Amino acid sequence: MQRFVLRKKNLITLVSGILIVIGFTSALGFKNETVAIWALVIASALGVAPIAIQAYQALKVKVVSIDVLVTIAVTGAFFIRNFEESAIVTFLFLFGAFLEQRTLNKTRSAIKELTEMAPESALKQMANGEFEEVEVDEVDVGDVLLVKTGAKIPVDGTVLSGEGSINEASITGESLPVSKEKGSTVFAGTILDNGTLQIVADRVGEDTTFGKIIELVEEAQDSKSEAERFIDRFAKYYTPAVLLLGILVWVFSRNLELAITILVLGCPGALVIGVPVSNVAGIGNGARHGILLKGSEVIGDFSRLDTMVFDKTGTLTAGNPSVAEKEYYGDNINEALGYLASIERESDHPLAKAILEEIGEVTFSPVENTEVIKGGGIAASVNEHRIAVGNVALMERAGVELSEQAKADIARLERNGNSLVLTSIDGELKILMGIRDQIRPGVKEDLLRLKRLGVRNLVMLSGDNQGTVDAVSRELGLTEAHGNMLPEDKSAYIKKLIEEEKQIVAFVGDGVNDSPSLALAHIGIAMGSGTDVAIETSDVVLMNSDFSRLPHALGLTKATARNMKQNISIAVGVVLFLLASVFLSEWMNMSIGMLVHEASILVVILNGMRLLRYKLR
Amino acid sequence: MQKATIQLGTLTCPSCAQKIENATKSLNGVDKESVQVLFNASKVKFDFDSEKLSVEDVEKAIAALGYDVKKSQVKPK
Repeated sequence: MQRFVLRKKNLITLVSGILIVIGFTSALGFKNETVAIWALVIASALGVAPIAIQAYQALKVKVVSIDVLVTIAVTGAFFIRNFEESAIVTFLFLFGAFLEQRTLNKTRSAIKELTEMAPESALKQMANGEFEEVEVDEVDVGDVLLVKTGAKIPVDGTVLSGEGSINEASITGESLPVSKEKGSTVFAGTILDNGTLQIVADRVGEDTTFGKIIELVEEAQDSKSEAERFIDRFAKYYTPAVLLLGILVWVFSRNLELAITILVLGCPGALVIGVPVSNVAGIGNGARHGILLKGSEVIGDFSRLDTMVFDKTGTLTAGNPSVAEKEYYGDNINEALGYLASIERESDHPLAKAILEEIGEVTFSPVENTEVIKGGGIAASVNEHRIAVGNVALMERAGVELSEQAKADIARLERNGNSLVLTSIDGELKILMGIRDQIRPGVKEDLLRLKRLGVRNLVMLSGDNQGTVDAVSRELGLTEAHGNMLPEDKSAYIKKLIEEEKQIVAFVGDGVNDSPSLALAHIGIAMGSGTDVAIETSDVVLMNSDFSRLPHALGLTKATARNMKQNISIAVGVVLFLLASVFLSEWMNMSIGMLVHEASILVVILNGMRLLRYKLR
Repeated sequence: MQKATIQLGTLTCPSCAQKIENATKSLNGVDKESVQVLFNASKVKFDFDSEKLSVEDVEKAIAALGYDVKKSQVKPK
């Protein structure tokens, strides 16, 4: 019976709404008091049933819930034969709950979309060699699975046979399909766009990367900040306190009407729901944009950020050196490039790779008499020519004359933070290349956006020499840049910012050798492409290590924190306003109080919902 | 000790969360400290002693409050 009543709550709401309309039209339109009273009495009795059941259940587990307050208030109104009030209050309460459910589902929709991407079934190879469809929970590590075109990869695994292209957007945020063949790794939750694969399961269920992402987001949406825990503790005592206040007013004033009005007006409504609603909508928006925020504490800290500290290599720069600038001198440059490539092909120096990538396809010539000059470069003979490849010191040793133009170019390239590789043929300078770890595309604009969002200091820390660091810093317009720093120097620097300068600090690094700094900063953001490490060590996870999502992440946390504050103000303001007006005004009654309450709850939910559409301008 | 996660139908009022929390905590065999009601995810997580009660007992207690139980998952801790 109880469950039946609760299940039919929406129907009850509708019927009691209709009865109220009948009651009022017959009272005002037809002056038929009897019909009006009966309609309102039935509406009240019907409407209060589900509320009373909920109140009873709450009391059974020792909770004084809002249902308890409303049930007592409605019963009281019944006793003083105020059927209009009792009917309207129950209806508004039920209808409000209905709207709340609808709108709440909306605010949670973004995260729901994510969790619904989780794979549910798999084609597993059975003992007889046939593939059978099973629940994804029944797949164990080591099982062989078949994945057909259009299906979701059920687990993290390795391709045994077959070929295909996979859309990995759910993991990396990158929607371009990635081709997979024997030996490739595949991730749970990604979709096989075409082809057929047989894979062996390496990690299943919650251990997969996708499983971890879901777990993180699910926990984040319900994580509570210090302020929320305070509100929760407060709410626990608040409702019983309102009940007590109502009883006291009744005992001392003998005014039942006033007492029950206080019960309704004192409902904590919007206060308990306001913050969770902002939280879930903000985190949902992030999840949709490839940003995982680990909970509301992170949102609070990130939104008040003073200083952002970056690791250089792999974060602001691409992480592998490439040829950034080059100058050619004289004729027969193609021939010179061919010789250079032939020599570099035999070297395992890190710069050699960058040079070969730059030159591309050429015909190689046999290299003879190779001599490696320590701290200088290489000298060798190719096609009877004497070739020297190396730094300026090597050129001087080889007796190469440098023109004024060449000297100016060398000075400029050095200033830009390049390592120089010069190539001479038979004592004549032919090629000058400047090689450096180049800044990732778009980083400069992203940093500017961060600044505009109110980050006061952008600091770069790097193990590189100060000259290179300064060059990058100048190009990016950073506030500070420090070179020659070991991982422990970086963490000491962050400690100083936090402890001595009382700043709120975020650290953006690669997640492997910078883990002390990531842990120490208020907000750690790991950029490592190994998604696992990034997920575990970061407070804010950027899917696919996409730097360009940082400004959105910061803007979003600011908007979310603001939204929470607005919701708290609305909730507290409404309760204060209602309680004040019951004592100071004539027009306040139970129905208006309930209407204002339900409206305020909807307002905070709708306000939270705005976050789902948040976009960085 | 076993670790259980119960997926509920959508929770809409925070006082529901408090009711479910108290109901779960009141059962003998449930580790009170571990009870966590996730309002937005509409889930209950807790540790329990499988010799004293089963996850079905908790499901029943929650259903008796009028909430839907969708599915539950138990893992050794």
